[in-house]
Amino acid sequence: MSSLSPAAAVGHAGRLFALFLDVARLSVKRPFQGREFIQQAWFIASVTILPTALVAIPFGAVIALQLGTLTRQLGAQSFTGAASVLAVIREASPIVCALLIAGAGGSAICADLGSRKIRDEIDAMEVLGISPVQRLVVPRVLACMLVAAALNGLVSVVGVAGGYFFNVVLQGGTPGAYLASFSALAQLPDLYAGELKAVVFGLIAAVVASYKGLNAGGGPKGVGDAVNQSVVITFLMLFFVNFVMTAVYFQVVPPKGS
Amino acid sequence: MGVEVAVQGLTKSFGKQVIWGDVTLTLPPGEISVMLGPSGTGKSVFLKTLVGLLKPDRGSIVIKDVDLARCSEHQLYETRKLFGVLFQDGALFGSMNLFDNIAFPLREHTRKSESEIRQIVNEKLEMVGLTGTEKKLPGEISGGMRKRAGLARALVLDPEIILFDEPDSGLDPVRVAYLNQLIVDLNAQTDSTFLIVTHDIGTARTVPDNLGLLFRRELVMFGTREVLLTSDEAVVEQFLNGRREGPIGMSEEKDASQVAAELAALGDRGGVSAPAPGTGPKGASGTGVPPQLLPSPGLPERKAAGRRQDRVLAMLHTLPEKAQEAVKRALDDEHRSRLPDYRSPESQSPDSQAPGSHSAGSEAAEYESVAE
Repeated sequence: MSSLSPAAAVGHAGRLFALFLDVARLSVKRPFQGREFIQQAWFIASVTILPTALVAIPFGAVIALQLGTLTRQLGAQSFTGAASVLAVIREASPIVCALLIAGAGGSAICADLGSRKIRDEIDAMEVLGISPVQRLVVPRVLACMLVAAALNGLVSVVGVAGGYFFNVVLQGGTPGAYLASFSALAQLPDLYAGELKAVVFGLIAAVVASYKGLNAGGGPKGVGDAVNQSVVITFLMLFFVNFVMTAVYFQVVPPKGS
Repeated sequence: MGVEVAVQGLTKSFGKQVIWGDVTLTLPPGEISVMLGPSGTGKSVFLKTLVGLLKPDRGSIVIKDVDLARCSEHQLYETRKLFGVLFQDGALFGSMNLFDNIAFPLREHTRKSESEIRQIVNEKLEMVGLTGTEKKLPGEISGGMRKRAGLARALVLDPEIILFDEPDSGLDPVRVAYLNQLIVDLNAQTDSTFLIVTHDIGTARTVPDNLGLLFRRELVMFGTREVLLTSDEAVVEQFLNGRREGPIGMSEEKDASQVAAELAALGDRGGVSAPAPGTGPKGASGTGVPPQLLPSPGLPERKAAGRRQDRVLAMLHTLPEKAQEAVKRALDDEHRSRLPDYRSPESQSPDSQAPGSHSAGSEAAEYESVAE
């Protein structure tokens, strides 16, 4: 239909934001769907853990290789460890997390809700007087946020370990220098900020996926389109939000030693 | 007793496309109504609007003094608890087995213990003939069973308004007959207000108290069954007889001159009559006003039947002549004695009843013999 007109785009943005507000409002409303939350958290974790770990290793390696070369050129080999920890914790791990949460978790949520929508299950639930947002979306969003936070920790550890391995074993760096410089540049707020980013990314990915799923239409093809759009929209939003959060972070938290 | 649903000036469009406009009707409390209409005239949209899943552009839907078209979300969810809806494919939750599906509304809305829930669920399963299938998943059972399980779930909160979206689609004629009987039996037991959206003329002829027809973006007619079943209105006649000749075309409506030519040709071939018995598609055969299905033996009488006769008698003088005759013929003795021109039982003409289905036929015959 007229989905290309600016009015329709504004309408979508408005309804997406309304869903954010609904989720916020209903997530504190009793009864909390504990069972659904645990099931979903387990499900999202099970589809994301392995890919995340497998992505985190080469990601850490790439950073280690880049920094290893760069620090040698600058004559600052002793800071290789410091820089790689900083890069992994501040940027790499929330981004890897975001990609996996949106790509694996979000698409699964969107496909699940979308297929329920076209089978009239969502309508049936509303007619039974049960809010699908409270019953289905809120547990998924909270589960996604929890899993994103946990995944961020996993990626940080695996990324740093991968960096260590590549730097020390392949580039001939010294283990002592690598480990000793860990806290030379990085500080605890970096970790907090990384976790906060991951949680926000999880929130955005889950809400966008739910919105697209709940508004799927036009049969099985509609569900496929919805999943596709939800992943694309989530990626766009995540990278933009990441930029904003990073900019704000540097204003709020001064770099170490300055 | 069921509640009244008053729809006033309802209009719905998607973008620039008007689905239907200015629909005004009242579902009388406790009675069974059927909404007919060619495919694609927005019958399902009407049903979804009625339960507040879709917002109408204009108009009101008043149930127990709440206007569903403009009430708050909280009121909407509260009012929806009055509804039981049977969706086309049952709309069961695919991840739960039948027992959990049917228990779902009870677990969400009531504080009943697990043993009470088990008892209620088993009772409803027995009502729809699905005892012993509690552990099955919706994907493992046939379409007809899914439909009946969906009905059991719709009934579990004892709704006061029950809506059926094409209960006959995808079922064989025997199962449709059982389902129709089940609908009538349920109405006798619960006295809830029923609305059935269907294409099946056999159902439309024998089950409801009231009939309506949606066509060409409007409600062509809505009224007591005798009015539509005896109507001369071209669309109504064409639809109830399952004919090609008339205003309803294959894809959409035809132009007026073509309709006139077709009807003239049909008249030349021997009149605008119904197809021979047994030749019309989807039960569209037979003329006149067949007797309604009656509840199975052992069940109470439908309370709505008496109320309906009161209601129809009060407005009898406003009905077309043919409909008046049909109404008078179908009245029971108590109501018949209230007719203004009531003289003696002999003066009534007891025949010209179309062959009805099982119990209804014999019951109707009983009425006639008492009258003689």
